[in-house]
Amino acid sequence: MIEIKDLHKSYQMGSNSLHVLKGIDFSVKEGELVAIMGSSGSGKSTLLNILGMLDEPDAGSYVLDNVPIKALNETKAARYRNQFLGFVFQSFNLINYKTALENVALPLYYQRKKRKERTERAMSYLEKVGLAEWATHLPSELSGGQKQRVAIARALAANPKVLLADEPTGALDSTTSYEVMDLIQGINDEGKTILVVTHEPDIADMCKRIVHLKDGVIVEDRKVEQVRASQYV
Amino acid sequence: MNNLKNYFGMKFIFERDTWQEIYGAIRKNKIRTIITISGVTWGVFLFVFLLGMAKGLDNSFRSQFNDFATNTMFVWGEQTSMPNKGFKRGKGIQLTLDDVDVLKSQIDDIEYIAPRNVTGRWGTPPGQFVRGSKSGAFSVYGDYPTIDKVSKKKIFDGGRFINEEDIKYQRKVCVIGEDIYKQFYEKDENAIGDYVQVNGIYFKVIGVYKPTQMGFEGDDSIFLPFTTFQGIFNQGKKISWMVITAKPDKDIVQTEATIKTKLKQLHDVHQADDQAFGSFNMGEAVAKTNGFLTGMRLITYIVGIATLIAGVIAIGNVLLITVKERTREIGVRRALGATPGEVRGQIMLESILLTFVAGLTGFILGTMLLWGINNAIGTNEDIPILNPTVDFFAVVGALLSIVVLGTLIGLIPAQKAVSIKPIEALREE
Repeated sequence: MIEIKDLHKSYQMGSNSLHVLKGIDFSVKEGELVAIMGSSGSGKSTLLNILGMLDEPDAGSYVLDNVPIKALNETKAARYRNQFLGFVFQSFNLINYKTALENVALPLYYQRKKRKERTERAMSYLEKVGLAEWATHLPSELSGGQKQRVAIARALAANPKVLLADEPTGALDSTTSYEVMDLIQGINDEGKTILVVTHEPDIADMCKRIVHLKDGVIVEDRKVEQVRASQYV
Repeated sequence: MNNLKNYFGMKFIFERDTWQEIYGAIRKNKIRTIITISGVTWGVFLFVFLLGMAKGLDNSFRSQFNDFATNTMFVWGEQTSMPNKGFKRGKGIQLTLDDVDVLKSQIDDIEYIAPRNVTGRWGTPPGQFVRGSKSGAFSVYGDYPTIDKVSKKKIFDGGRFINEEDIKYQRKVCVIGEDIYKQFYEKDENAIGDYVQVNGIYFKVIGVYKPTQMGFEGDDSIFLPFTTFQGIFNQGKKISWMVITAKPDKDIVQTEATIKTKLKQLHDVHQADDQAFGSFNMGEAVAKTNGFLTGMRLITYIVGIATLIAGVIAIGNVLLITVKERTREIGVRRALGATPGEVRGQIMLESILLTFVAGLTGFILGTMLLWGINNAIGTNEDIPILNPTVDFFAVVGALLSIVVLGTLIGLIPAQKAVSIKPIEALREE
């Protein structure tokens, strides 16, 4: 599903160049649930941004679902993001003047789906995350866990190939974190490929594979026995 | 063109969803929206109001001039300022009916010529008007019916103005002003056919005239047939001045010069003497007023357009701030698959929609105010405003221009929105 070879990325910080990714080789098969771990500054967020086509690598190749991702203009990147990827952010990033249902339907709007279809599909994903009765509520009326579940429903709405979650539990207490992870595991059980960036070991243990980044290189890549979040809920 | 369309994302302009997205964004902050549009609303309001008032002033002036034929002139005798043919300077010039006859027969330009006499003006004693036990002093005019062709006298129903028969038989009839009627008659009392005295002679009232804004007769003068006036005031052939209307295809300024040249010949006045005859022509007065009105309109347009531009710039400014505020939202939209074209299109359509709604609101408010003013003034002739309306095309033009301006100004925040990288937007806390 994801093939990355010799990926490099540096940032200019004034006169200094900060080499963040120093040759990453990495591949993910369909149906995997991968945790990307590392301390702050290890390059994990940069890697996720490149995977999410929000940032471009300086060197190296990236193939997503057999489509080479390179030299994309903004329009094409937007189309690919919409088609291939679903994003879950630490701070939810729901649009505050749209209801839960409208937020979930937004990726479908950019897919130019008809209103009726958008609403139906958005509603079915809200049901999936257990928030059907909150459909008409604004984000400000939802709890943190509920917001993240809406965000997950939104990430799923366009039926992407890969779900990219950047610290999805970073803003949540542990009980709520486990609820969100339970949901993510459930989605993965249905076959969705998911990448989770996290620095919390207990969250990483709930994935099937842990990739450890340090100073811009992968220092560890191992399969783990998945801890089911449902036992903590 | 196709590229351009894609560039501006024009294909989604007509989709209901696009507008729902925009409505959602605008509705988000009502106060911001109201503040944003208030500049343009105020600009259009001011524009419509000023344009309407200028039009009202214009209409009012025009309706006053309409009482008068614009190719009309007045000429009267004064005193010579140059010696000529053995006469010393300072010789008084008295126009007579003979002059009128000469001008009428020799100058082709003349359409109508009406000699007039007056007493009670310019140092001459007024006439004594008596009805029953009341009396008063008023200006008295001796006129030919021709004067009606130059300066239409509006007579109240039931009455009439002086006619040829009155002139021919030196009838003792008079037309009185509305003010005299009010002073001497009860309300609803019929003055027509009533007998009054002017300087001790009985006259039959044949009409009451409505006040006019132009001219100096006011609403308290008495009109007698010219020939009757001649007899009573012992004028002989003397006249106070004459009113001349040129033929429609003649230039009144040229006619004025021709007439004065002829009069100078007739009265042994040096051709270079500018003081011997006084004259005034309506053509010049109308031209001056038109110049003034054109100036007014120009100022209205300049002020209106400047205010509009300021308003539209304010919208652009607020939208720019808004884009900054909405950085994260725009980032999210782009992460979810909004193309730069779609983001740009949305911001620009917001700008256009806001300017249009603002403009329309301003137009409606301005029109309502004009309507209110029109109703309040009504036909009050003391206020020189008549029918203050705005030209439909001026309004459509103004609305179109602000939409164009809104589009142009919307380009700036739209470009700003597109220049936001989604990653930076999402990182921003």
